Amino acid sequence: MMTEPNTTPIVEMTGITISFPGVKALDDVAFRLLPGEVHALMGENGAGKSTLIKALTGVYGIDSGRIVVGGVDQVFAGPAEAQAAGISTVYQEVNLTDNLSVAENVMLGHEIRRFGLIDWHATRKAARTYLRALNLDIDPKSSLSSHSLAVQQLVAISRAMVVDARVLILDEPTSSLDSDEVARLFDVIRTLRDQGVAILFVSHFLEQIYAISDRITVLRNGTLVGEYTPAELPRVELVGKMIGRTLEVLSELEGRSERAVVDRSGTPFMQAIGVGRRGSIEPFDLDIYPGEIVGLAGLLGSGRTELARLLYGADHADSGETLVSGESVKLRNPRAGLAKSIVFSSESRKTEGIIGDLTVRENIVLGLQAERGWMRRVPKKKADEVVAQYIEALGVRPANPDAIAGNLSGGNQQKVLLARWLATAPQLLILDEPTRGIDVGAKAEIQKLVADLAAQGMAVVFISAELEEVLRLSHRIAVLRDRHKVAELINSDDVTTDVVVDLIASGGTSA
Amino acid sequence: MTGLAQLTRHRLFWPIVALVVLLLASTLKSHGFLEVTVRDGHLYGAPIDILRRSSILLLVALGMTLVIATRGIDLSVGAVMAIAGAVTLTQIASSPDPGAVSTVAVAMLTGLAVCLVIGVFNGFLVAVLGIQPIIATLVIMTAGRGIAMLITGGQITTVTSAPYKTLASGFWLGLPVAALIAGFFFAVVALVTRRTALGVLIESVGINPTASRLAGVRARTIIWTVYVLCALFACIAGFLQSSNIMAADSNNAGLFIELDAILAVVIGGTSLAGGKFSLTGTLVGVLVITTLTLSITVIGIPVNAVSLFKALVVIVVCLLQSPVVQHKLRARRRQAAPVPVEVPA
Repeated sequence: MMTEPNTTPIVEMTGITISFPGVKALDDVAFRLLPGEVHALMGENGAGKSTLIKALTGVYGIDSGRIVVGGVDQVFAGPAEAQAAGISTVYQEVNLTDNLSVAENVMLGHEIRRFGLIDWHATRKAARTYLRALNLDIDPKSSLSSHSLAVQQLVAISRAMVVDARVLILDEPTSSLDSDEVARLFDVIRTLRDQGVAILFVSHFLEQIYAISDRITVLRNGTLVGEYTPAELPRVELVGKMIGRTLEVLSELEGRSERAVVDRSGTPFMQAIGVGRRGSIEPFDLDIYPGEIVGLAGLLGSGRTELARLLYGADHADSGETLVSGESVKLRNPRAGLAKSIVFSSESRKTEGIIGDLTVRENIVLGLQAERGWMRRVPKKKADEVVAQYIEALGVRPANPDAIAGNLSGGNQQKVLLARWLATAPQLLILDEPTRGIDVGAKAEIQKLVADLAAQGMAVVFISAELEEVLRLSHRIAVLRDRHKVAELINSDDVTTDVVVDLIASGGTSA
Repeated sequence: MTGLAQLTRHRLFWPIVALVVLLLASTLKSHGFLEVTVRDGHLYGAPIDILRRSSILLLVALGMTLVIATRGIDLSVGAVMAIAGAVTLTQIASSPDPGAVSTVAVAMLTGLAVCLVIGVFNGFLVAVLGIQPIIATLVIMTAGRGIAMLITGGQITTVTSAPYKTLASGFWLGLPVAALIAGFFFAVVALVTRRTALGVLIESVGINPTASRLAGVRARTIIWTVYVLCALFACIAGFLQSSNIMAADSNNAGLFIELDAILAVVIGGTSLAGGKFSLTGTLVGVLVITTLTLSITVIGIPVNAVSLFKALVVIVVCLLQSPVVQHKLRARRRQAAPVPVEVPA
């Protein structure tokens, strides 16, 4: 293994700093890329990976620092200039033109011309040569959309080769590929590497990182943690460096063998009796006790979200009765839920949660303010206290109340949303996919927080597509399928993901 | 240098520059332009005139700012002004004692009540029925002048009423009453939106209505409220306008003022996409538009070319505010700075 590079780096970035309003996305980061290596860029969401890539590809300008490509200082005013310098990018979502042919896609902008007109025959022939170089034997005349996503990805890489890329950036290229397709992609990557192309590889799959990388750079919170070879960095350490601490929090949750016993003898905080909404979810019964975490398990579209929305009043039920602390209530709109100390955090953070252009402070105070109405503004002193308290308690990064919420990373936006709801001191917290699309560290923190809140007596409804997560946290699990609540079971060590999967598959008939 | 750069990046920088340039140009042409003199205990002069003439547009633009902040638009303000004038003047004219303060007060309250109904109607269409604001308010924009004509019986109703005339032509503490009225409402709205939570809730609804509703914000009520407020401010603007000519001219009262109001809001930096709004910005926008109209005559632009000149100024201000143009300007400035950079390939 190489420890010190014996070749000159093709890309050398030093002292890179990029700030967005209220957020320092990159702070004095250095990064280098050698010809003929696969270099993995690792970090959690919000660590600055995409920002660094965008700086290298000319999408963002840098506030300070140097970018040297092939020994020449570069100031990229746009992606076109970066491309001209030999830097090509293949994004997660393939950015090719679906309805053009493979050849047109590969050669777009580099068609071979004769007498000023495109010579299609020669163009297709050239395209075939590029495709063959990647062991891709498909008809250049065929339409791009007729091929699988994996092939499209390879076509995108061929296209990068046409512009004679010296640096190839692959941003999460494997996220929608199956294992055979990944193997094929890796073959191509190795071929290119052996030809001397420098490859920057980003993936969330640790296995793949160790399978293909020659070198790993780790970022955290916009700063450089270090550059390592895979051999000197075992997986546990890599994850530790990414999240900046040992995995104590996670293991603590994993090891939670005895679940707190929930007292189900008293009145439930909420009782839903035959509550349903036509075309959304069939009538269901559900009791939620104080201090209890009720997990909702089911596939996408099984009615998890719809059920949760009825409990809050985001949609109003057209059948059944809801009791809160034994009293019948009508939850016609979100305000009604809020008035009963019920809060609901939607799965769509961007469209139904965060108010993007407002600050972190304004976002956190919003729930509290909505409860008080517009006349009684939350006093500045109280707002400052609440905001500071939750930023601290939930570890919102950056810890700046005046940062624009839309500029935060997904995990931090989720924390801001949680803060908004917790600030209203709810008795029932409904969380719809609170950990989706956020990184390991933030995920563990949020899970721990939910467990702690329940231990303090809060009732929680927890929805997640990840069964393990539901099982780890919940005291009781309601299983949904095809917009029916099909089963309900008390969580214990006997309940495994297999049991729940069986229930979902069988529709509860075996239970 | 950086201080200056920051200053030029402020969204009100170019509108204020435009205002200053217009004032300077007018002063160059007519040396006494900026002079304010005291005559009969009142302040006189072009600046005072600008304030007085700005009052109608400021009132309309004030409501428009709030509506636009919720992602809406209100095209009906001109028609509402016409209705306000028609209702009020018809009632004053038919009263046995048009000169009495009580008559005028009752007539104005009637006008406000009618406009309140219109605002409720607009708000209902937008907030409850979910009709696109531009279509919903188009209803009153087109039908409103017809209603005003019905009220005045197709005539231009003229009245003689000293108290009513005071609204537009009177002075109090040396200042025009019209400007004081507009300034008063400006201060009230600024205070209410920034001292209570109304401002931030309006912005929140404008930025993301769904998320705001789920956060428990009464999004529907807030949207409804801004349309009602907009109609009420247009109504008061209608009083000032009809008091100015002491006549209710249903065809021409507030004609095309919705466009000037929208323009003032946009010049002031509030985005038509909703969200963050700036009342100060709107005030500057209104002053720019009024000063423009006044200085055109002072500078001596031929009457035929007035629209063209106005359009030119507006285009320049809007261009200077556009993010694309600002970015280009900044890039040029950076290039011009003597930094030793190797020429990119």
